[in-house]
Amino acid sequence: MRMTRDDIKTIADQTVELMNLRGLPGDNPDGHFKKAVIVCRGTGCTSSRSDKIQERFETLIADAGKQDEIEVVRTGCFGLCEAGPVVIVHPGGTFYSHIEVDDADKIFNEHLIGEEPVKSLIYPDALSEEAILAYSEVPFTLHQRRIALRNCGHIDPERIEEYIAHDGYRALDKVLFSMTPDEVIETVTAAGLRGLGGGGFPTGRKWMFTKQAEGATKYVVCNADEGDPGAFMDRSILEGDPHTVIEAMIIAGYAIGAHQGFIYIRAEYPIAVQRLEIAIEQAKEKGLLGDDILGSGFNFNLELRLGAGAFVCGEETALIASIEGHRGMPRNKPPFPANAGLWGKPTLINNVETYANIPVILLEGAESFRQVGTENSPGTKVFALGGKIKNIGLVEVPMGTTLRQVVYDIGGGIPNDKAFKAVQTGGPSGGCIGADKLDTPIDFDSLKAIGSMMGSGGMIVMDEDNCMVDVARFYMDFITDESCGKCTPCREGTKRMLELLEKICDGKGEKGDIAKLESLAMTAQLASLCALGQTAANPVLSTLATFRDEYEAHIEKKSCPAGVCTSLISFFITEACIGCTKCARNCPVNCISGKVKERHVIDRDACIKCGNCQEVCPVNAVIRK
Amino acid sequence: MSNNQDKTNGLNALSDRLKKRMAEPVEKKPQVEQTVALPSTEPALIDLTLNGKQVKAKAGETILELARRLRIHIPTLCHDPRLPADGACRLCVVEVEGSNRLLTSCETRVAPDMVVKTNSAKVRQARQVMLDLLFSNHPDDCLTCKDSGHCKLQNYCYEYGVVRGSYRDFGRKIEPKDKTNPFYDYDPEKCILCGQCVRVCADLQCTDAITLEGRGEATRVRTPNRVGLEHSRCVSCGNCVAVCPTGALMPKRQPDRWFGTKKTRTTCSYCGVGCQMHLITKDGKLVGVEPVQGAEPNDGMLCVKGRFSWNFVQHPDRLKTPLIRKNGKLEEASWEEALNLVASKLRETKDTYGPDSIAGFSSARATNEDNYLFQKMLRAVIGTNNVDHCARL
Repeated sequence: MRMTRDDIKTIADQTVELMNLRGLPGDNPDGHFKKAVIVCRGTGCTSSRSDKIQERFETLIADAGKQDEIEVVRTGCFGLCEAGPVVIVHPGGTFYSHIEVDDADKIFNEHLIGEEPVKSLIYPDALSEEAILAYSEVPFTLHQRRIALRNCGHIDPERIEEYIAHDGYRALDKVLFSMTPDEVIETVTAAGLRGLGGGGFPTGRKWMFTKQAEGATKYVVCNADEGDPGAFMDRSILEGDPHTVIEAMIIAGYAIGAHQGFIYIRAEYPIAVQRLEIAIEQAKEKGLLGDDILGSGFNFNLELRLGAGAFVCGEETALIASIEGHRGMPRNKPPFPANAGLWGKPTLINNVETYANIPVILLEGAESFRQVGTENSPGTKVFALGGKIKNIGLVEVPMGTTLRQVVYDIGGGIPNDKAFKAVQTGGPSGGCIGADKLDTPIDFDSLKAIGSMMGSGGMIVMDEDNCMVDVARFYMDFITDESCGKCTPCREGTKRMLELLEKICDGKGEKGDIAKLESLAMTAQLASLCALGQTAANPVLSTLATFRDEYEAHIEKKSCPAGVCTSLISFFITEACIGCTKCARNCPVNCISGKVKERHVIDRDACIKCGNCQEVCPVNAVIRK
Repeated sequence: MSNNQDKTNGLNALSDRLKKRMAEPVEKKPQVEQTVALPSTEPALIDLTLNGKQVKAKAGETILELARRLRIHIPTLCHDPRLPADGACRLCVVEVEGSNRLLTSCETRVAPDMVVKTNSAKVRQARQVMLDLLFSNHPDDCLTCKDSGHCKLQNYCYEYGVVRGSYRDFGRKIEPKDKTNPFYDYDPEKCILCGQCVRVCADLQCTDAITLEGRGEATRVRTPNRVGLEHSRCVSCGNCVAVCPTGALMPKRQPDRWFGTKKTRTTCSYCGVGCQMHLITKDGKLVGVEPVQGAEPNDGMLCVKGRFSWNFVQHPDRLKTPLIRKNGKLEEASWEEALNLVASKLRETKDTYGPDSIAGFSSARATNEDNYLFQKMLRAVIGTNNVDHCARL
């Protein structure tokens, strides 16, 4: 059924009636549904069986004949993955965390039927002495500002009607019928949106260059080849709100004069791929993709292209090569894709998160968008918060928020009262930022100024137990694997940097190794072909800049201050030992001796440093040193 | 028979038309008076600074092209003027004012007022590290390598003072050789992954027999599906071998090291195309063949015959004079003696059995001119149209 312009409003009005409890300011408790159970069906929660939880709720509600009173909604990611599977019950926004399939019965009986929230299942931070906090009121959510993720956790991503009900495709309608392509580009430029895939290039300028490029055939591409370790921003947007990207790409097509788009997405994101396929199908059915969109005369088609798991294909020229069917290897720029991209035609490439901001900018105007964020980096940025932090998950914060706010206010700080050591931003291409720079505001220029980068949005927190040489080794291992192998400094240089780091971690570091590392790092930075190689050394250079003493300790004193590098540590039982024999019983190589109720001793020559003894010791008498 | 008759008539008709055309006076085109100056095809000149000197560059050319024109040396391992620049080896990097990175001169085009340094300390340092990296991952058997004296990696390492390879202690890649091709061997350990062989095979030879496989340090040049060269689509043209900057791709028969070799340019005698090649000789003996780059008609390409089949030249069984069978035994004869014999036999046959009892078959190894003369001889001298050519089979 093709839609007309009027249908947008009709569908929105009809659908919004049935979405009266979605945890949004416009919620109407007296509307159609009396209660709503929102089940997170992002990848994290689904892998913890939230699909079964959803089914269980549906069965229970159907068996009780309450389908018309209680709705069960499958949504994208809420953000707090650490608490998953997450279920939220409206009205009230009761935040249930770590739910098992069997818990559904309890919530159904006590909360949905019995009106009494199940306190034992509620997320601990949402429980205060006075009241139960709604999901939107817990500290994790309170400090965030969701623009790209605006619909995640509120709508069913597999129903286009729900997207339409939440202002979906209204920006497209506005653009097609009341704006010229130049006006669209001017608005995006005025909004100051910058490429959120990490590059930070002004989006409006990129659109303008592609529009101005000569050629009748042009393409719009969405880079959904998210590959940083621990990053899942784009995946969550595509899983929770696929239509926003589709809408933005049609708008981009209109603005630059393209009629064909491609979404390049990694095949390792099966849920995102499936939801995109559904969304594209629905958009085609409604006439939002194809010929004569909404009767405007504008044509635009969209196809998916699945990547085969190469990190480098997130680099735009490698991505283009991959779509064309070639080996995913970058090429020199210029020419930039805006002039010669896919099959040599002018091509606009933006990443998922950048597109997700477009409908909002065009619907609400550039000025409104600029209210959030900083002067040079307006808007928000989504981060995947991970590592040694309490609230692991997805956060969206206004640009200019400090790292400290993200780590402590939103992230909840470091677990087990450990000391903060560093935060790694920008994925393998980024850098490690030490405690002294925690008050740096998050924006493209500030992060670059301190030797890191915005990157696609991975943010990994490290505490005193992380060895920074080991961290550099980890990232270099990743880069060595993911280098495409084309250019010398990256292919050969990263391998040798990795070997040097392994040698240092292994206690075999020699004087001069740091100089060798620096020389290789500089060469990779100066002479590599693409951004992957040019930034490959950032983890080494940034850790060397802030934590040089750790490198020196490894090389000169043959010790690992954080107690991570097994070749450099030994286990030792202190006087606190109570002689319980537990360590000796759990030692796989029987290298611990001692009598009952007497202090035990580890034979260091036989010890394989597995750490079992330290884990099982009831009085923390086993230490690494 | 009637078919043959038709063909003969057709050929006669053709030759008649040709004769007619040749007899017609060539119409002279009236000379057009040049009143308006045509736009010059010469590219505009750009002023820029190269190594501290003001030079004029042609708009659109790369820094490397400019430098080579001015005889300024820039090392390259993956550059091939016949192919689009690839920027893989990064050895040709130069410093361009305004860029905080080093730019590949093979890919960067000249621009007005550009300030370029091709040999600054920063540039030399980067090149030295990259050569060090490449040589560290390469066997250090230059003393026994047959490619010695011909290997670009060896020459550049000498130039940039790379002695041993700083990272050799970590070990280098160990891979079995592929010796299954009858004409050349591939030694992956000596391969520096410049990718030139793959590009030449795909873009110039259009055979696509080899490809880059794997990624990062595990990247290798391989045959698709690892079938090995013997079972690949390889046509043994050796055009990959010709561009290999190291000894990774080496002909099975080639000089024992290249010191003291001489190059003599000649035309390939295998067919009428006229490919240009260098005969490589050492101590007066032919030891190899290399294609000539930058020359018509082959521009660095050869086929399997021209490239590899030269050993007949010095073969002891090679015929050097005509032989005439006398009393059942072949005996050496002079050319005059032999040609006279052939002529008399032809005449005898023609006189006895008529001209159509003789047929001529000519070879693609002869030039176009020779082939023309051959058919002319059969038609005009013998008087038959029974003439054909091996290239038609």
